[in-house]
Amino acid sequence: MPDAYRKTLVRQISQHAHSEIIGMQPEGNWITRAPSLERKAILIAKVQDEAGHGLYLYSAAETLGTSREELVEQLLTNKAKYSTIFNYPTLTWADVGAIGWLVDSAAIMNQIPLARCSYGPYARAMTRICKEESFHMRQGFDIMLTLSRGTPEQKAMAQDALDRWWWPSLMMFGPPDTESVHSADSMRWKIKRFSNDELRQRFVDQTVPQADVLGLRMPDPDLHWNAGRGHYDFGQIDWDEFYRVVRGDGPCNHQRIQHRIAAHEDGAWVREAATAYARKHAAEAIAAA
Amino acid sequence: MLFEYVLRLGDSPLVLAQQLGGLIAQAPTMEEDVALANVSLDLLGQARALLSFAGELEGRGRDENDLAYFRESHAFHNLLLVEQPNGDFAQTQLRQFLYDAFAIELWTQLQRSSDATLAAVAGKAVKETAYHVRRSADWVIRLGDGTEESARRLHAALANLWMFTGELFLTDAVDDAMAEQGVAPLASRLEPAWRTRVESVFTDARLDVPETAWPQRGGKLGRHTEHLGHLLAEMQVLPRTHPGARW
Amino acid sequence: MNGSPLWEVFVRSRNGLAHSHVGSLHAPDATMALHNARDVYTRRGEGTSIWVVRSSDIHASNPDEKDALFEPALDKAFRQATYFELPDEVKNL
Repeated sequence: MPDAYRKTLVRQISQHAHSEIIGMQPEGNWITRAPSLERKAILIAKVQDEAGHGLYLYSAAETLGTSREELVEQLLTNKAKYSTIFNYPTLTWADVGAIGWLVDSAAIMNQIPLARCSYGPYARAMTRICKEESFHMRQGFDIMLTLSRGTPEQKAMAQDALDRWWWPSLMMFGPPDTESVHSADSMRWKIKRFSNDELRQRFVDQTVPQADVLGLRMPDPDLHWNAGRGHYDFGQIDWDEFYRVVRGDGPCNHQRIQHRIAAHEDGAWVREAATAYARKHAAEAIAAA
Repeated sequence: MLFEYVLRLGDSPLVLAQQLGGLIAQAPTMEEDVALANVSLDLLGQARALLSFAGELEGRGRDENDLAYFRESHAFHNLLLVEQPNGDFAQTQLRQFLYDAFAIELWTQLQRSSDATLAAVAGKAVKETAYHVRRSADWVIRLGDGTEESARRLHAALANLWMFTGELFLTDAVDDAMAEQGVAPLASRLEPAWRTRVESVFTDARLDVPETAWPQRGGKLGRHTEHLGHLLAEMQVLPRTHPGARW
Repeated sequence: MNGSPLWEVFVRSRNGLAHSHVGSLHAPDATMALHNARDVYTRRGEGTSIWVVRSSDIHASNPDEKDALFEPALDKAFRQATYFELPDEVKNL
């Protein structure tokens, strides 16, 4: 396997893994405050899936020779990237709905082509992940639907969440094609099959009608159907904000990493204890076998 | 009385599920995040089945959410053990083990309940709990027989939690009535099996079973520790802020 | 996570006949590996049996020797029953 290809694959897989793990935080934030027992159960299952996805992906990356330890270290020392969307805060229950509806469907759109990608273990992880994520998207939309049909306060909550999550969701597809550094190589090696702009357009076209069903207003005055193109035209994305968040100056970047560092450091004594126990009893296990 | 008993049965898994739910995304490993979420989900499922059943028994139109989100501390009947704070991982796992070791005996016996609904809930819960108790026992042993630090933390957790284990086996008129009707085993009868399991795990974990201190009590009657108030405030905030809303 | 070795996980599904490889995870010992595998890989009722094997105990054929190991089998079609054409009247063969 050529080295440059391997490096690109590891980068792409691990970035995805880190995103899943970090993504647990904004949603995990609402588990204890979920407003019904069913919603609580669904949210716990969703966040649990995300941990699982991170695990499938780290395990695929490990087959390429980079250990879990190294990958975790890269994340905690800010050497690795993860999806910028998780650097935004979840301020209301409606944010949980918006994430499921917008962020997960954008993620699925990015991911489905990868299930057919050229590297076996990655493709297999992706197939599993895509199957599990289709539930994530629906639960998000269902939350938004319930809110938009609820009390005036609930509807306002849903609208406010859409206002705050729409543009960051569009940014999830990355910089415009003309500026994307890694895309060309990834596309040549068939790790990435569609361009950023193509996917972004597809996402807009798919999502606008869903917002109509919700009776919510898109926070973009320039959004309108272009019959000539057969697509929605949409407004200018604030790329300054995008690069700011990528650089580390988003609302939650610092907090997200600090949280992971704390979990990792606080958990060190637990991992050491488990290892110590295993060593002490390894001799017995061999004797018993 | 059945309503009262079923509520007692459902409130402990509800509170414990809530506690574990707050820990997801900060476990020592990602594998543990998945494991914690699994236990939380199972407990939440048990709580939902029992609270729904309680609501039906009461016959006043309250469902699982009305009961979970609109009762105050004094109307909750969970064991004091489960409302003790998560603390560190040692306390979380020890609390879990002490509860699981009790729950496995309880659900095993409840499978023979004269009440069909309880028997069915027990049939499912006993399988889930069989897995939980193995998991939590494994952790108690590894932490007790791991490093000096993990042992120290486990001992500290034991000092915090042991006083709440007596309540598991205290009985009152409600329990007597349930036993008489064949609905439920008398909790005091579950103690010997619980002790056997606890002693065995503690031996492997190099923990001494403490002297029986005065058992703290009152949970079943709605007299709680200071912790429950905070837990409920967080859990109940949204429905209480939006009266009449559906979620 | 020093001292938490990598394990490969194999799951046999409900209607499956063999264990297939589903991924890997880290755990300090076999008991924890089995528990973790159950939690991570069988949440949607995928399995009835799990094997975990330390990754270091898996020995794989060398991909560079793929041709030498596997191509010779391809030109011995007489090993397949379909190679032989039998008259239509012959039954049960």
